[in-house]
Amino acid sequence: MNAIYSNPIPVRGWSIPLVPFALGCIALFALPAHGEQIGGTNDGLLERSLRFLSLSDGSVRMVVMGTLLMGFGCGIMGGHIVTRRLSLFGDTLSHAVLPGVAVGFLWSQSKDSWAILIGATLAGFLGVALISMIRKTTRIRQDSALGLVLSGFYAFGICMLTRIQKMEFGNQSGIDKYLFGQVVGLSESDLWTMLLSCALILLLTVFLYKEMLVTGFDSDFARSIGLPVEFLQYLLWLLLAFSVITSLQVVGVVLVSALLVIPAATASLMTEKMDRLLFCSALLGCAAGVIGSFISFLGSHLPTGPLIVLVSAAFFLVTLLFHPRTGLLPQWLSSRDRDRRILRENTLKAAYQELEAMDFKQEIVPVSQLASRRRISMPQAYREVESLVTKKFVTIHSPPGDASPSLQPVMLSLTPKGWETACRIVRNHRLWELYLTNEARYAPDHVHEDAEKIEHVLGEETVRRIERILSNPRRDPHGKLIPSQQDIERGFVA
Amino acid sequence: MTDAPSPLEIHDLTVSYQRKPVLYGIDLVVGEGSLVGVIGPNGGGKSTLIKSIMGMIPHNGGWVKIFGKPPGKSCSRVGYVPQRESVDWDFPVSVLDVVLMGRYNHAGWFRRLGKKDRRIACECLEKVNMLPFADRQIGKLSGGQQQRVFLARALAQESDLYLMDEPFAGVDAVTEKAIIEVLRELKSQGKSLVVVHHDLSTAREYFDQLVLLNMRLIAVGKVEDTFTRDLLQKTYGGRLTIFTEVADQSAGIREYDKERRSVSSME
Repeated sequence: MNAIYSNPIPVRGWSIPLVPFALGCIALFALPAHGEQIGGTNDGLLERSLRFLSLSDGSVRMVVMGTLLMGFGCGIMGGHIVTRRLSLFGDTLSHAVLPGVAVGFLWSQSKDSWAILIGATLAGFLGVALISMIRKTTRIRQDSALGLVLSGFYAFGICMLTRIQKMEFGNQSGIDKYLFGQVVGLSESDLWTMLLSCALILLLTVFLYKEMLVTGFDSDFARSIGLPVEFLQYLLWLLLAFSVITSLQVVGVVLVSALLVIPAATASLMTEKMDRLLFCSALLGCAAGVIGSFISFLGSHLPTGPLIVLVSAAFFLVTLLFHPRTGLLPQWLSSRDRDRRILRENTLKAAYQELEAMDFKQEIVPVSQLASRRRISMPQAYREVESLVTKKFVTIHSPPGDASPSLQPVMLSLTPKGWETACRIVRNHRLWELYLTNEARYAPDHVHEDAEKIEHVLGEETVRRIERILSNPRRDPHGKLIPSQQDIERGFVA
Repeated sequence: MTDAPSPLEIHDLTVSYQRKPVLYGIDLVVGEGSLVGVIGPNGGGKSTLIKSIMGMIPHNGGWVKIFGKPPGKSCSRVGYVPQRESVDWDFPVSVLDVVLMGRYNHAGWFRRLGKKDRRIACECLEKVNMLPFADRQIGKLSGGQQQRVFLARALAQESDLYLMDEPFAGVDAVTEKAIIEVLRELKSQGKSLVVVHHDLSTAREYFDQLVLLNMRLIAVGKVEDTFTRDLLQKTYGGRLTIFTEVADQSAGIREYDKERRSVSSME
């Protein structure tokens, strides 16, 4: 049972985004010559930010539009493929389209976005068809088939692109930008193809939401209600290919898969509902696109594509660390708070037991006795008593006759709040012991260890239920009195 | 007998995976309001039978009719409960989302689900005692709870014929009782159920008809007539080894390859 609840994070392999992160870093430092920043002037930082943020510059507008559309399309398609465990498919597709880019270029004899879109889509489909053919007709598994197609197509594409660059019309074409990306090279028709692809993706997500949901979760069931699962799958491939191809010129072949995987993986840390996941993923993609190009605009000699990926990865890291529900830091903090509370409650319980040992005749407990009851050292006991004092659970008393108050607390008494908490913990402990012996048929000498843990987590409602089941018991299995509600409310009476 | 076509009619159904025959010449008629258990050894073709009835696996010979029509034409009248292992439990859907999937064929393409669908889905969850979990992510349930959600989804389909693949696999005794209660209630409403089952000790008690299956149909009929030592021996025992060997050898023969298409799902 526990195993099912133990993993609150549904994301699969969150280390995946780290690979593109590393690639981005390498690209940032090793390949600055391939990337291109947007504004090449030597203005001050403030002037540059104003120029970017006011969107007065035509080329800045193009860049912002392009990265926004790219982030949106890749974010949503990434959401679809990451939840279907097909992240590597996006990577393969981005490499497999490269020969198609070259073919489209040869066909149109220029960098025509529509020709390249068509050529690349065909190449992408050829790749996907090849993967499913390899899987069906041979014993080679899916991951190997993906690797085969990815590297084979990529190598072929690079050969073709290099060849084209040697041709007379290929020289100034900027076709090499498809390898590493260059956002400045975006033309108006590039933006139109991006807009078309985003519009189709939006249509798919809005109008075929439930069809995509059921085919992703349970394709057998989808088939059983008569949905054309294969057709929907190919539709998904088509739109994935569109968003990959239109993003190629911005971030390049290698980093496209990062834009598919990272925003979606980040979103899956945030939510467990498909609609919210797609929304968050699209939003994160857009934000990374704009912020990445902004930073690239500010800095000098910083490439846009890798920066977008780095911003995206930074979002992921921030979410991983600080998300209120699934973040590592909040989880660590809350578990530390719980551990501290348990320590405090244990000390209060020990104080109660000391008072009980003296038949509640006096209200002052020496710290040394607390330490020996809890089997901890004196310095440790002092630290815990101090934390109880700050939380106003106990007050410190100097022993009579000691004029100079010593640095270490020697005696303490419980405040009303401390008494109440101590009573509750002791009550929880003894009630639970009784419940285990009477209802769960534990042997009386087996119950203490379990009660030591349960006493800190029993809620008042559960306590009421146990009291009802045991018909308001007075004594625990060892014959000790269970503090009643009256004891708690009356406060300590010596 | 009335003239209405029976919920499920199978004639001479033959299915093979990768040229290797899995089912041979199955004949089966399921009448209205019957609770039929399908039992047989592992690899005996129980799941294959269900999947080929649904048309998910192409068959090499014979035909299937659901309410007198071929499987593809009567989807809205068939409810399907797949094996629990067949889905991705980490997928970002809630329990209610999954049950609502049972209403998809009522809504049709492009349409969104309405309040009525939501109400029916909640009622179905209530029937299997899973309503308190409606908002939980589907992977954060125990195996028995997941199976109940699947059952609720099938109920939400409001079908006339139900095909269930091992609904009792990996569930505790309480859930098993709850599930069989629901199945009996469906049966009393005149629905027909075909249920793949693996536990011989309860098969006799749960079903009123049994299909004994080991690549071919060993027996079909009322529990009293089919749950006999002799027939069970024939189903699970070693008498069919020659039959299996010959089938293995015939895997190389092209004849079964005529209609071979993708068997496993495209990924």
